[in-house]
Amino acid sequence: MTMETKAPILTMEHITKEFTGVKALKDANLDLYPGEVHALMGENGAGKSTLMKILTGIYKKNSGKITYLGKEIELKNPKEAQEAGIIIVHQELNMMNHLSVAENIFIGREEKSFGFWLDDKTINQKAAKLFEKLGISIHPKEIIGNLTVGKQQMVEIAKAISYNARIIIFDEPTAALTEAEISELFRMIEELKEKGVGMIYISHRMDEIEKITDRVTVMRDGEYIGTVNTHDTTKEEIINMMVGRVIYETPKTESAVKEDAPVVLKAEGITMSPSVKNASFSLRKGEILGFAGLMGAGRTELARAIFGADKMEKGTVFIHGKRVEINSPMDAVKNGIGYLSEDRKRFGVAVDLSVSENSVLTALSQFSEFGFVNDSLAHRTSKEYCEKLKTKTPSVHQLVRNLSGGNQQKVVIAKWLIQNSDILIFDEPTRGIDVGAKSEIYTLMNELAQMGKSIIMISSELTEVLRLSDRIIVMCEGRITGELDIKDATQEEIMRLATLREQTV
Amino acid sequence: MNDIIENIKTKGMQKFIALGALIVLYVAFSVFGNNFFTVDTLVSIFDASYYIGFLAIGVTFVIITGGIDLSIGTVMMCSAIVGGTLYNNMGVPLWLSLFVIILVGGIFGLLNGIMVSRLKLPPFIATLGTMMVASGIGSIVSNVQSTTFPMRSAADGWYKNIFRTADNFPTGIFVLILFTLLAVILLNKTVIGRYTYAIGSNKEAARLSGVNVQRWETVVYVISGLFAGLAGIAYAATYTTILPGAGQGFELQAIAGVVVGGTSLSGGVGSIIGTFIGVFIMSILKIGLPYVNLQPHYQTLITGIVVIGAVLLDIYRTKKEKSIKSKS
Repeated sequence: MTMETKAPILTMEHITKEFTGVKALKDANLDLYPGEVHALMGENGAGKSTLMKILTGIYKKNSGKITYLGKEIELKNPKEAQEAGIIIVHQELNMMNHLSVAENIFIGREEKSFGFWLDDKTINQKAAKLFEKLGISIHPKEIIGNLTVGKQQMVEIAKAISYNARIIIFDEPTAALTEAEISELFRMIEELKEKGVGMIYISHRMDEIEKITDRVTVMRDGEYIGTVNTHDTTKEEIINMMVGRVIYETPKTESAVKEDAPVVLKAEGITMSPSVKNASFSLRKGEILGFAGLMGAGRTELARAIFGADKMEKGTVFIHGKRVEINSPMDAVKNGIGYLSEDRKRFGVAVDLSVSENSVLTALSQFSEFGFVNDSLAHRTSKEYCEKLKTKTPSVHQLVRNLSGGNQQKVVIAKWLIQNSDILIFDEPTRGIDVGAKSEIYTLMNELAQMGKSIIMISSELTEVLRLSDRIIVMCEGRITGELDIKDATQEEIMRLATLREQTV
Repeated sequence: MNDIIENIKTKGMQKFIALGALIVLYVAFSVFGNNFFTVDTLVSIFDASYYIGFLAIGVTFVIITGGIDLSIGTVMMCSAIVGGTLYNNMGVPLWLSLFVIILVGGIFGLLNGIMVSRLKLPPFIATLGTMMVASGIGSIVSNVQSTTFPMRSAADGWYKNIFRTADNFPTGIFVLILFTLLAVILLNKTVIGRYTYAIGSNKEAARLSGVNVQRWETVVYVISGLFAGLAGIAYAATYTTILPGAGQGFELQAIAGVVVGGTSLSGGVGSIIGTFIGVFIMSILKIGLPYVNLQPHYQTLITGIVVIGAVLLDIYRTKKEKSIKSKS
């Protein structure tokens, strides 16, 4: 297709966006032609969602230029974007589940007489006509909440079209769809193409990108990397563009786990539908086991199930060869498992308590007699661990709120070490931590492993996975799709396994 | 298509259960109670249902948006005291005083609405504050004295006929039914109702769809306040004397009626007809229990259990809904 003969409906140039000190977008570019399906790709955190939120008026850009239909625009809120014809079909559908299909489509734009009296007959007819035009069979009076996710998405697309959309953004539209629903979606996309609607398609699924899109724009670390015609490129080239950063972290080349290291944790057939499907793996003493995969692959859910935070439907866990029942985090802690959440502020530390109070929180019973906390012992122990872990804090009485992300993480690590946990689950250990503190956390994790602690590390940063892990397990859509020894692991291979969908296995 | 039938089935079933419970209760009290099955008892059940009924209908709107209004009980009393004081001490004509009662209710509703929608106070806290403010104002206005409305024999006794005639005919039930129908229409046929459900179902989605969420949330609390005013009139007409500081606890009886009637405290689901039935369930319990020789403190106990049971039912229902959804 020769796009260049037409004028683009949208160009976004040199867009930047900063969130309190963090540059989410450094230099993002995108252009879109009428009737084009344009894939936007990049690893998690590459800035795709931020860019789309700027386009739809949810965020305000710091600098850069957006030209829409030949005019420079600045959208202040989602409503303005909607009225201008820029609509996003969210990954998590934004619907009013208790309302009917037609009511949802025309919410805020009801047909009414005297300004308040609803004319539902007309909106039902309008909705029916809309569905007829799109060739989909959904009854306008059906309650949205009773429809399948696929049908709900059709309704959301129909809603977009009813706004006379010129641009529709699909954010991982197929994540929750069945095969049949996907082909239905693709048929609709083809129809929209004919009508000259421009579409931005965010997805990690290579086969879909190849099938449905005309061009691909790749982003990495908030920056524009390049745009290619889908048919002139290969899957490998796109993956290279996505991960191609210079690896300044020296990756591990060989497993540091001793040959005869015993298995400390074994999980068999863990199932928690729909996010985890029949996952089995084992963890050895002194090992760092990396879990790689895309967002929503089910890694956190698997970890939470093993920690007892969520109930698993099926599956057994063995610790030191003995079968254990873990029904709550309390059981997990008793069995020596510690969990360091990806969302530190919500689940990891109590920010309004001091370093010392946080450090002894889990092991509080060891520090109390007759219900009274022995503060001096707590302070001493906490201080000892601050020195051991090189936690930078003026004193153990400092509130955790005032510590940097890296030092907060160290407080959490101290907490589990004081509790004597020997299996530590790190969920995104360096999220929200700056580059300098990152390598300190890495060193610490390596030291912990050398001390004989076993570590499960969930990370969406491939460089992190490759730098720390002795072994890597890759998940995709709730299933374990591969296991790699560190000496055979490459970014490309991990990406391949992380996008290995069920149908293509 | 099956989904629709399924939906009607489950929704209809809930109302059917409530209606069934109402009939079973009435029959049970008639069988086991002494002299329960009389016109007089029925009239007292009606009398007890008017003011709670108005409160419950109003607060149903708020609860469907996912909010709560705890102030309605004391607002109702405060409005009635203000109206009564105007009539007794300032010579304001009765019809105007009654109108002022509704107006005062509406003003308190507006206050709640502004606090919740614009100042972003949690509804529980905002209306808890208003509850105390209204109670305080009531005491101040009445100078901590009781406010007495005209007796039936007095010159202005006509207003009592709105709810019961001199020969004990319960005209009030028709007034209640009238306002119930009005609320049904408001909730199902007008923009107000549509946005009430939309906000309760998914506030963010409603906002992103261009609904003026702040405005409609305010409107809903105003409706609740206006109905509290109506309840004030009903209470004055039925019981004549109003004590300052009374009214606390009525909001909970009303909310209990709403929940028993199948409106979900998590928002998005609910019906006025359900509330109507729920209110009568609560009234029958209240009036009926003495007939089976259970004293007032037992009534409180049993009412409490019914409320807890209804909320448990609500939680169970929402949970079930969720599990059904995740399966599909």
